[in-house]
Amino acid sequence: MAEAKKEQTTTHKIGIYLWIWGLLFVLSFFSYMVDWYNFQGLLRWTLILIFMFLKAGLIMAFFMHLFWERYALVNVLLWPMTAIACFVGLMVAEGKYTVFSRMFYFFVGGA
Amino acid sequence: MSDLNLDKLPGGFKGMSTDIGSDQTAFKGVNWGKAMMWIFLLSDTFIFSCFLISYMKVRASVVEPWPYPSEVFALEFMGAPVPLLLIAIMTFVLITSSGTMALAVKYGYEKNKKMCGWFVLLTAIGGLTFVGMQAFEWSKLIFHEGVRPWANPFGAEQFGAFFFMITGFHGTHVSIGVIFLFIFARKVFKGDFDTGKRGYFTTMKSDYVAIEILGLYWHFVDLVWVFIFAFFYLW
Repeated sequence: MAEAKKEQTTTHKIGIYLWIWGLLFVLSFFSYMVDWYNFQGLLRWTLILIFMFLKAGLIMAFFMHLFWERYALVNVLLWPMTAIACFVGLMVAEGKYTVFSRMFYFFVGGA
Repeated sequence: MSDLNLDKLPGGFKGMSTDIGSDQTAFKGVNWGKAMMWIFLLSDTFIFSCFLISYMKVRASVVEPWPYPSEVFALEFMGAPVPLLLIAIMTFVLITSSGTMALAVKYGYEKNKKMCGWFVLLTAIGGLTFVGMQAFEWSKLIFHEGVRPWANPFGAEQFGAFFFMITGFHGTHVSIGVIFLFIFARKVFKGDFDTGKRGYFTTMKSDYVAIEILGLYWHFVDLVWVFIFAFFYLW
């Protein structure tokens, strides 16, 4: 009994992998459809990011087994990634400022 | 690892603090090779993030129009350009190989030599297909469209530099992965993981956990492609 329990922590039913696999196909198909139907603006970005994070989350949680790992490992990985997300936010703001100043000095002119 | 009963340890954040404060291995029940692979993948995440963030920053701040990827990566099919066709196929190939790798890891856990070996081999073939299609995409852009790291006929000049850098770095990862997948497929079929034969470069005994570690790397390559697909091709 104890042996069976130990096995269960390392091996999983094939169904879960097939489900995740199928979901990844469907999500990839959806994100391709975003381009196919040529959605633009906020809708495009929302859809692209939702599908991207869902796919990344599924791969990490189930294919890379993070869902079954202990928090000590999970947190070592997720917090640096959160920091990267903040970095992305900072650089979006920076990019907007750069293009603003380029346009500003091109049209208005500097000293 | 075997004498450790994970079920008796506290879970959640309490478990995290006791694991780290235990004055022992911080990652309970995790093979050291697996922990090292995770640390490597985290550092690789930083590199890819640097590439993608600098690409995003440049693309957001250039005044010239950025080449429209939907048209740049379109493929002629039955006389009509289909947007992103090749990229979509590449995405599906990579996801397929990720799925076969997941199954290989599953059968590795169960010490099912035959199934594990076949799925590793299938994954390697999927990866090889992906690299082949990428080579086709690159040669099309370089020889037919005249895209260079410093110039291209579509718009902002920075496009080429970022395209070759990011997809090239990813393609290198895939290629290295394919080489290792073939080596490990051979090792599985030879039965090295069943007999615990020692490898060329290590005195450690071979074990099926190596398949899981290889799987982590391969899924990471797929993971990076998810982000490249979203930020480079769909944007």
